[in-house]
Amino acid sequence: MAEVASSSPHRHWRKPPWIQNRWLRWGMVLGALVYLALAIGSVSVDSARIARGLERGGRMIAAFLQPDFVSRWDDIQIGVLESLTMTVVSTIAGVLLSVPIGLGAARNIAPTPIYLICRGIITVSRTFQEVVIAIVFVVMFGFGPLAGVCTLAFATIGFLAKLLAEDIEEIDPAPLEAIRATGAGWLKTITYAVMPQVSARLVGLSVYRFDINLRESAIVGIVGAGGIGSTLQATFNRYDYDVASAILIIIITLVMLTELISAQIRKRLQ
Amino acid sequence: MPVHTANDVKIWQRYDTATRLRQWGGWIAGTVITLICWQVISNGTRWEFAADAPQQLGIFLQRMFPPDWSYVNQLWKPLWDTITIATLGTLVAVIIALPLSFLAARNTTPHPIVRYLTLLVIVVSRSVNSLIWALIIVAITGPGVLAGIIAIALRSIGFIGKLAFESIEETSREPVEAITATGASRLQVLSYSILPQVMPSFAGISIFRWDINIREATVLGLVGAGGIGLNLNAAVNLLRWDQAGMIFIVIFGLVLISEAVSAQVRKAII
Repeated sequence: MAEVASSSPHRHWRKPPWIQNRWLRWGMVLGALVYLALAIGSVSVDSARIARGLERGGRMIAAFLQPDFVSRWDDIQIGVLESLTMTVVSTIAGVLLSVPIGLGAARNIAPTPIYLICRGIITVSRTFQEVVIAIVFVVMFGFGPLAGVCTLAFATIGFLAKLLAEDIEEIDPAPLEAIRATGAGWLKTITYAVMPQVSARLVGLSVYRFDINLRESAIVGIVGAGGIGSTLQATFNRYDYDVASAILIIIITLVMLTELISAQIRKRLQ
Repeated sequence: MPVHTANDVKIWQRYDTATRLRQWGGWIAGTVITLICWQVISNGTRWEFAADAPQQLGIFLQRMFPPDWSYVNQLWKPLWDTITIATLGTLVAVIIALPLSFLAARNTTPHPIVRYLTLLVIVVSRSVNSLIWALIIVAITGPGVLAGIIAIALRSIGFIGKLAFESIEETSREPVEAITATGASRLQVLSYSILPQVMPSFAGISIFRWDINIREATVLGLVGAGGIGLNLNAAVNLLRWDQAGMIFIVIFGLVLISEAVSAQVRKAII
């Protein structure tokens, strides 16, 4: 287990290495170093630009320390309200969509074609970052919060339906058999054998997803899908860092608050 | 057990009347809140633009297919940049977050005040999306890969720090006492009793975050922070949907591969 330097009079114990095979260990270290050198080498650093930027950064920090809630309060209010309502509607819609898709994506209760379709939807939703999805929905619905709601609802599917499906695949099969043996149909089997086993966790995950959606609702506005994000980007484009600071403080506070509330709810559910 | 008696016949019910009333109240309140929120979204939407969504989607898909396959040759460099942003960003975050997590964990923190300050850093880092961090950093360093790396790092510090300090708090006390009893210094106690316990979860958390960061790095270019998002932004602004389609395909492949890599590595570690 430990390497012992037996030749020396003072024997030293050394921590066993993580990877036992010496060649593999040094090969991985070497590979990592080569990759790091290549990666760092490919990052172009414009030091003159950064020097100018640091000066701006100083002004930025000064502005951030004096947040300006007042001068653009109307814009901020509309943006925050939009973000919050987008979060509520998209989470509810996302949960409603995730339940059937999650049922369809569970290996043990869905027929193969449906399983594949539902897994496909989940994979697409999980792969693309919210903003990429938002681009497509903005093309479809035009600028505005509706595109944001659709984006977040779709993104919720990738998260919630996947975890729900995994939960369903791990349920105790005994109640399933028992309910089936009574001659219950598919819907009754789901209601009485599957849902009771997964619903508590489903509620917990939905509350958790509410948090995530709130955080994401602050950025989909960058591509025009509503919420506080567009207001925030506009403040950066105008160099209104004191307003940006106010918006960031509001976002951080809201995220912290919902996180606290959702943690409380999830604790009570368990 | 809640039993309802009607015409001298006892009928079993799952919940008693008070619980059922409360449940109905909850459902109604939830529905009302959702409808009010939907009202806000609806008011913010130009419905005449949303009405032709199916046609828009049709046109969009028509223009996207076939994707511009030859465009892929211009995407290798942005792809490399995207991976660099995610990897170096995660690396920087790990280097900063691990010491922070020891300061934030209840059982290893030097002082409660230090703990609360560190927790504040973690919360702020976590609450701000990497795209918003990118907005801020781009204003300082100018557009480019460096801004992306810093933005990813700033967001990931909170994520890795939070999960890491929670895993430190879950470590067993016995090895700590055993090492302390040998007369080891504080640092030695950390490295020989706590570190070995949390190393696997640290590695798992970091790989997990790297996987998420690959996804986030694909969109940072939308605010100028380098990577494939720059090309996506250009393609969207020029309405070159065939190029955008190619970018979607490349992103899809990248994320699928990174997810497989991260799953394999995590399986190997744990």
